Amino acid sequence: MPGFFIKRLLHSLIALFGTVTLVFFVQRLAGDPTLLLAPEGATAEDIERLRSALGLDRSVLVQYLDYLSSLARFDFGRSLAQQVPVSEILLPPQPYTLALAGGALLVALCLGLPVGGVIALRAGSATAKLLTGLVLAGQSMPTFWSGILLILLFAVTLGWLPSSGAETATSIILPALSLGFLSMATFARVTRNAVLNELGKAYVRTARSKGLSEWLIFRRHLLRNSAIPIVTIAAIELANLLAGAVIVETVFAWPGLGQLTVQAINARDFPVVQAVVLLGGAVAIALNLIADLLYSSIDPRIRIQRAAP
Amino acid sequence: MTEAGNRAHSGWRAIARRARAFARGAGAVDRSLWPFLFIISLFALMALLSPWIAPADPLRQNLLGRLAPPLSEIRGVFHLLGTDELGRDIASRIVYGARVSLAVAFLSVLLSGAAGATLGMLAAYRRGLIETLVMRLVDVFLSIPAILLAIITVAVLGPGLWNVVLVLALTRWPRYARVAYGQTLSIAGRPFLQYADYVGASTRRQILVHILPNIVGALIVVATLEFGLMVLFEAGLSFLGLGVQPPTPSWGGMLSVGKDYVASAWWLAAAPGLCLFLLVLAVNVVGDRLSDQFELRVR
Repeated sequence: MPGFFIKRLLHSLIALFGTVTLVFFVQRLAGDPTLLLAPEGATAEDIERLRSALGLDRSVLVQYLDYLSSLARFDFGRSLAQQVPVSEILLPPQPYTLALAGGALLVALCLGLPVGGVIALRAGSATAKLLTGLVLAGQSMPTFWSGILLILLFAVTLGWLPSSGAETATSIILPALSLGFLSMATFARVTRNAVLNELGKAYVRTARSKGLSEWLIFRRHLLRNSAIPIVTIAAIELANLLAGAVIVETVFAWPGLGQLTVQAINARDFPVVQAVVLLGGAVAIALNLIADLLYSSIDPRIRIQRAAP
Repeated sequence: MTEAGNRAHSGWRAIARRARAFARGAGAVDRSLWPFLFIISLFALMALLSPWIAPADPLRQNLLGRLAPPLSEIRGVFHLLGTDELGRDIASRIVYGARVSLAVAFLSVLLSGAAGATLGMLAAYRRGLIETLVMRLVDVFLSIPAILLAIITVAVLGPGLWNVVLVLALTRWPRYARVAYGQTLSIAGRPFLQYADYVGASTRRQILVHILPNIVGALIVVATLEFGLMVLFEAGLSFLGLGVQPPTPSWGGMLSVGKDYVASAWWLAAAPGLCLFLLVLAVNVVGDRLSDQFELRVR
């Protein structure tokens, strides 16, 4: 186990380093990054002054090392629009985005697991076909359209739930549904495949011959053995949900990191955009690592296989 | 293996033969796919023939006739899907929007597919340093959520149709590289490749004539699934105001305006959303079926 753990941790660190480097070079895709950082309507002199103030007149290598060392100190620079450290701006929206992603994950799991299970257990029936259609629809539904439809139905027509903002506790329901519906398809697929995989095994036949009900077999036997791929996907899917929040937050005016990013892009506040992307990348890498470690701790077979060279 | 057997394995003629057989079988086997292929062709026709199909100029404003509901007639002009906040004909904007959606998706799939497949095949064929470099880069790219990478790149390059194509290609090539790499490794060392090596075929020839035809099926499956994703990405970026810029009609941009009018004029968001959903659904169904046929696990 320690060998596998260290190897996997090293991989994550390399990926993190690569991400940081990639973001640095993406900034230089359009040529001079000073132009990105300059406020709108800046004169040539302003730009020149900014260039030397930010150290962008030095060699790229020096700039890169400088960038690495400030990131190592968790210094993301200063916001150009608000003139405060970026880390201060990043803090307040974080709980909102986490709550939204968590809510969406809950929706996705509560819908995806039973739907996937029914599709596998009742293969070929009308119900299974209907649910397969639902899964395909969920997978093809852009969140910015399902969001608008939910607002139209529950906020405008029925008036049950607020259409935007985060003033009341019920505000989270619509954005979480919209984001979760997309990810429900992933869970349904994985559950279906995992259950189908387990269904043919001897312990299921034994359970059936004991006269256990199908529901009990599903809950007590199949679901537990199918848990491995599902848990792994859950960790990776959480990273996707956090990234997907960018769009959903814009639809529902949810005050999270996604809305902050879009506002920052429109205000040409590049340091904020860069910090959000770095944060998102780091979280995704961490969740992938957690997924892998969970995977191997649930199923010792994987640990032994992978530890072998 | 005989020389004839070798020829059957490599070379594009074999692919053409298999494609013909596939097309012959397709009609009989996949009756259930027809509606979805029909939807895709419908949108493709819309995109190709938009100037002839569109009932009106998609950019022409008529402020007196703004926000007219579907099936209404304003000064002798019939608006099937109504008009938007500037009085432009929504049906015409949908038709031209199909052109934007499909063009961006097609070009970005082509660009990222070509780049990714080439790098993936090279990595698996040459091994060594290039393999390490390419595959590490693939790992890095795939570890960042694609939408975030697209957002930061578009923030740097600026919005616009061509930049969106570039951004999507830049973000998505690793997916093809990984599949091309795996598939190439799986056929490495086969007799027909050894034979080509003995007779002194160049790297270029080996990749184009011997490796590519054997992995092209897998690449097409990935490209199909990616196509749906690219349509969604373009619409998403345009929805955020980072993609195709107004007044050029795009479904994502139309939805972004429609969101603000959801309480008073639902039809602004209804039509572009439905088109987006139907197109992506059809492409996904076809892609899923193809990947079942090739027995690939590319997701």
